[in-house]
Amino acid sequence: MDDIQRKYVIPGDVITTGPYRAEENVHLFGDKIIATAVGVSEVFDSGVRVIPLTGRYLPRIDDFVIGIVKSHTSLSWELDINSCYAGILPASDVFGRDFDPKVDQLTSRLKTGDLVAARIANSDRSRDPLITVSDRDLGKIEEGELIKLSPSKVPRLIGKRGSMIQTIENATKAIITIGQNGYVVVSSEDPDGLLKALDAIKMVEEQAHVPNLTEKIQEMLGSNSE
Amino acid sequence: MGVRKTDIVLLDDKGIRCDGRKIDQPRRIMIKAGVLKNANGSAYIEFGENKILAGVFGPRDVHPKHLANTDRGIMRCRYHMQPYSVSERKNPAPSRREIEISKVIKEALEPAVMLENFPRTVVDVFIEVLQADGGSRCAALDAAAVALADAGIPMRDMVSACAAGKVADTIVLDINNEEDQEGQADMPVALMPNLGKITLIQLDGVLTPQEYEKCIDTAVSGCKLVYEVQKNALRDKFFGDGAQ
Repeated sequence: MDDIQRKYVIPGDVITTGPYRAEENVHLFGDKIIATAVGVSEVFDSGVRVIPLTGRYLPRIDDFVIGIVKSHTSLSWELDINSCYAGILPASDVFGRDFDPKVDQLTSRLKTGDLVAARIANSDRSRDPLITVSDRDLGKIEEGELIKLSPSKVPRLIGKRGSMIQTIENATKAIITIGQNGYVVVSSEDPDGLLKALDAIKMVEEQAHVPNLTEKIQEMLGSNSE
Repeated sequence: MGVRKTDIVLLDDKGIRCDGRKIDQPRRIMIKAGVLKNANGSAYIEFGENKILAGVFGPRDVHPKHLANTDRGIMRCRYHMQPYSVSERKNPAPSRREIEISKVIKEALEPAVMLENFPRTVVDVFIEVLQADGGSRCAALDAAAVALADAGIPMRDMVSACAAGKVADTIVLDINNEEDQEGQADMPVALMPNLGKITLIQLDGVLTPQEYEKCIDTAVSGCKLVYEVQKNALRDKFFGDGAQ
């Protein structure tokens, strides 16, 4: 793992030249591999990619996301998923197969402003991403505090094998739901725990590029509880 | 040469220009990225006495919808001068000049921005000139490019712009307001520095073919200086002091 070369890049920076595979957020110009986003470049075995530090969420199939209901038609809801496209949630997904647009009122289940835990069912260039709630643990989120992060900071908030999020959850007894799109819902019985968890998440966002962040968060949560 | 109304010496015997610069010296350039909270990306530039703010939104839904393109995103750009940006109050309505500059800035940015990744969306670039001092289209372009990178919109390369021109029969870098008014030629150039491609070139004035070549070379060298400042602005914002 340690033979990955990392460096900070901005658009236009030549990351490397040679027979590498151009992966995310890079483009090939002649034999140069050029970054297309501000972020951290990684050169590994045969590929090169840039992990962006800014930018909007690009829907990918099977991603778990949190959406905010924006509006609805008689057949579907439109959700804000922090992307340049609205997430489309078909009514039959919530009401079941016997959904009848003449009888069933969409607002009876989800109103504008409601939070929904969902999964991207389908996404391509030609239409808005289709999302689904027909799975375990998906559906309307009843309670919690919403925080909006940059989608690029989500992996940092989760940490290696979930280490960061476990640290925060254990120290604050809060339940944290993270959407890949950067929307995060925190809920807790204990208001102090909730505030501490929110502070910790904000700290992760501000210091995402700092090494040993998990220890710093541990320190901060530990010192707060004393 | 006859005596003009404003009797300034544009270039003295020692090769010093009216504002004390050498012929290949740009004005002071300062760029700051991420200055606005509500825009997706933003930048502020001071280029000599120019003070310009750029804000970027998007990619986002296109309104009105008929403008949307189904196989790629579109870009809209507004260059606007504040009424107090010049010594005589400027009417805030878009003038012929502002409409033209909006168009050329849009066309200079488009080759760099990977709009094909975002079909049915728009990237909006808003540029406000707070204070103008000659060469504002180049400065505006520099700020807009930083704002686009700050917004995280995929770009093939940065766009750096700088003007060159002919003053007192000499090719000089980065024309200021006096030189623009009294000089013989003004040539704004925008460059994608790593790809080595020019995305904007305009020329106001008359140059011989040799002067034209030299003018481009001078402007390109200016663009490369601007590029370093743009890079530092983005590094400062995203990587803090720990930047390599």
